[in-house]
Amino acid sequence: MKILEKEIIAENLKKFVIHSPLIAQKALPGQFIVLMVKEEGERIPLTIVEANKNKETITIIFQEVGYSTKLLGTLNPGDSLYALVGPLGKPTPIKNYGKIIVLGGGVGIAELLPVVHAMKDAGCEVTSILGGRTADLVILRNQVKEFSDNLYITTDDGSLGEKGLVTDPLKRLLEEDAGYGLVFCVGPIPMMKAVSDTTRPFKIKTIVCLNAIMIDGTGMCGGCRVNVGGETKFTCVDGPDFDGHEVDFKVLMTRQKRFVKYEKESLCKLEKQMDQMKK
Amino acid sequence: MPAKPSPKQTPMKEQDPRERIKNFKEVPYGYSEEEAMLEAKRCIQCKKPFCISGCPVGIDIPGFIGLIAKGDFKGAIRKMKEKNALPAICGRVCPQEEQCQQVCILGKKNEPVSIGRLERFIADWEAAQGKMEIPEIPPDTGKKVAVVGGGPAGLTVAGELRKMGHGVTIFEALHKMGGVLMYGIPEFRLPKKVVQREVDYVKSLGVKVVTSHVVGKLQSIDELLQEFDAVFIGAGAGLPWFMDIPGENANGIYSANEYLTRVNLMKGYLFPEYDTPIEKGRNVAVIGGGNVAMDSVRTALRLGAEKAMIIYRRSRTEMPARLEEIHHAEEEGIIFEFLTLPLAYHADEEGNVKEMECIRMELGEPDASGRRRPVPIEGSNFRIPVDLVVVAIGNSPNPLLPSTTPGLEIGKKGNIAIDEKTGKTSKKGVFAGGDIATGASTVISAMGAGKIAAKEIDEYLKTG
Repeated sequence: MKILEKEIIAENLKKFVIHSPLIAQKALPGQFIVLMVKEEGERIPLTIVEANKNKETITIIFQEVGYSTKLLGTLNPGDSLYALVGPLGKPTPIKNYGKIIVLGGGVGIAELLPVVHAMKDAGCEVTSILGGRTADLVILRNQVKEFSDNLYITTDDGSLGEKGLVTDPLKRLLEEDAGYGLVFCVGPIPMMKAVSDTTRPFKIKTIVCLNAIMIDGTGMCGGCRVNVGGETKFTCVDGPDFDGHEVDFKVLMTRQKRFVKYEKESLCKLEKQMDQMKK
Repeated sequence: MPAKPSPKQTPMKEQDPRERIKNFKEVPYGYSEEEAMLEAKRCIQCKKPFCISGCPVGIDIPGFIGLIAKGDFKGAIRKMKEKNALPAICGRVCPQEEQCQQVCILGKKNEPVSIGRLERFIADWEAAQGKMEIPEIPPDTGKKVAVVGGGPAGLTVAGELRKMGHGVTIFEALHKMGGVLMYGIPEFRLPKKVVQREVDYVKSLGVKVVTSHVVGKLQSIDELLQEFDAVFIGAGAGLPWFMDIPGENANGIYSANEYLTRVNLMKGYLFPEYDTPIEKGRNVAVIGGGNVAMDSVRTALRLGAEKAMIIYRRSRTEMPARLEEIHHAEEEGIIFEFLTLPLAYHADEEGNVKEMECIRMELGEPDASGRRRPVPIEGSNFRIPVDLVVVAIGNSPNPLLPSTTPGLEIGKKGNIAIDEKTGKTSKKGVFAGGDIATGASTVISAMGAGKIAAKEIDEYLKTG
């Protein structure tokens, strides 16, 4: 559970390579870990971006969106995590789907990487669409390009690639030719919803990778439950991948907001602590 | 001339209800040495005691109580630990009124001996001495057993097997050992310090413990069998039940597992000192009538609820919760809405639950469990304002291992099918016990299953 390497990928986006021999042996694309920074810490889920059996390491890339991820970001090589458990979740079903489109938004691109790698290895013809607010946030471009037959980039501010959203090139591609075997998408919830809405009229199988709030990650609490096709599913054991056309994104977005006020309280605490440390 | 023993149990001092609803400290204070000896002298040391067979792990009850009566506390705990490695836990959470105390002969005309309080007393006495006596472990047999799950069943199997000289490793999925003892039962009923002490005792016997290790994800049972000579599965009933009624996924509605895990395991009641938050509702409804429901509703009260309610579809007499906990809840001012069933939840524009729609029930003919079946009264719908709901209607066996282990026969309830007399599953070398095999039950029955399995595993290791 020791952190071996630390890299700052972009503003508020960090990468850790962690020594974890058993998880590295078993992890499959699409699976995640749950970690705790300290004994008093929260249990938070993060996608396994890479599992290296030879080096006995796993890689995680995370965005510092709130208290626990900011706290995680203060760790350095040589530090150990308090707890690390995995691999959790159902692995993404990898096979030759023929022509596929994969979409990644912001830190979602990191989560996309292991899947796009495996899909290419399985023989798929991969078209990748990567999006971000600005050029710096369209991370891991070269790594994704390595496994893509076609690559499109969009940015909100037009600083790189096309100005607009990932659904713009997606729509164009589908209007040209709807013969894709799969669309796989991971990114902010509104993005995954928009992608699913875009592919729905074309009736293309669309998988989204959800990021519900979790506690144990092993299916014992139901905190991560989502409505999929009118049924309640647990993101941690039935997912994290689900059929994008069946997911009730409204319920998911509502449930994500459950602890916003407590989050603010914790962030204040962290800021005070960091100010104290500077003094 | 010694005074005649009282027909009533020696009272055990408790925190005043008005005080204790503001803290998470343990409710009962425990007996003093004088009180314990006084209570122990009530035991008439029957020649043919019924109490022993009332105990799922067969403690020599007159034996340990007789020693307390003489003031030989060291002898009493030694006698206790011959059969029960976790007395501090059992003394606190066993439903003694349905087990040993129910069949105590004194109970026929008067109040039974307070066996539970004496068990708790002697366990706490030993802990207060500082060092726990560790029995002599026989030489290593060279055999290794993997125990999946660090809860009551797993801890019991591990302790018993180790005392027979076998190598034992417990694999626990969470970051702390104890299972329901840690995440399910609140601090005010079972202090986590006590649980850790009992876990440390098992470790001191030489049992290896690995946490954050999910068997079924990181390693399969078949992979464990390559490294170990036998496997015991005590993975518990960790799959929460929901009612599947409209609005149940709204914000503010929790399974009891989530609610209690946030508070007990992740210490949400100490937020922000501990990072995991827990919502503090003002009008809290807990659905259910068992121990988990009692735990949840009393937790909500301690977190500051103005109204903490139990919503139960039957009446008080049918409640399966431990009598002492129902009594404590009543003292604390919990509101009981009996013969009430939720039908739906209504949320505000932001998706937070604000009202629960219910219907009144009446008791009809008995159902399969022998209890009278509740039947809705047409047209009696009404609404209760709520901002937090805890669904505590039961759990099923955790499906991870049943669904990922080839050759393991599974029962109708998703449980691992076992021979109850031996704990053997349909897979060679694999045993199971506790909630994973029976569905949700008690700590003591998991321990009883653990003892049976340990004996059978020992036999299996010798004969193959």
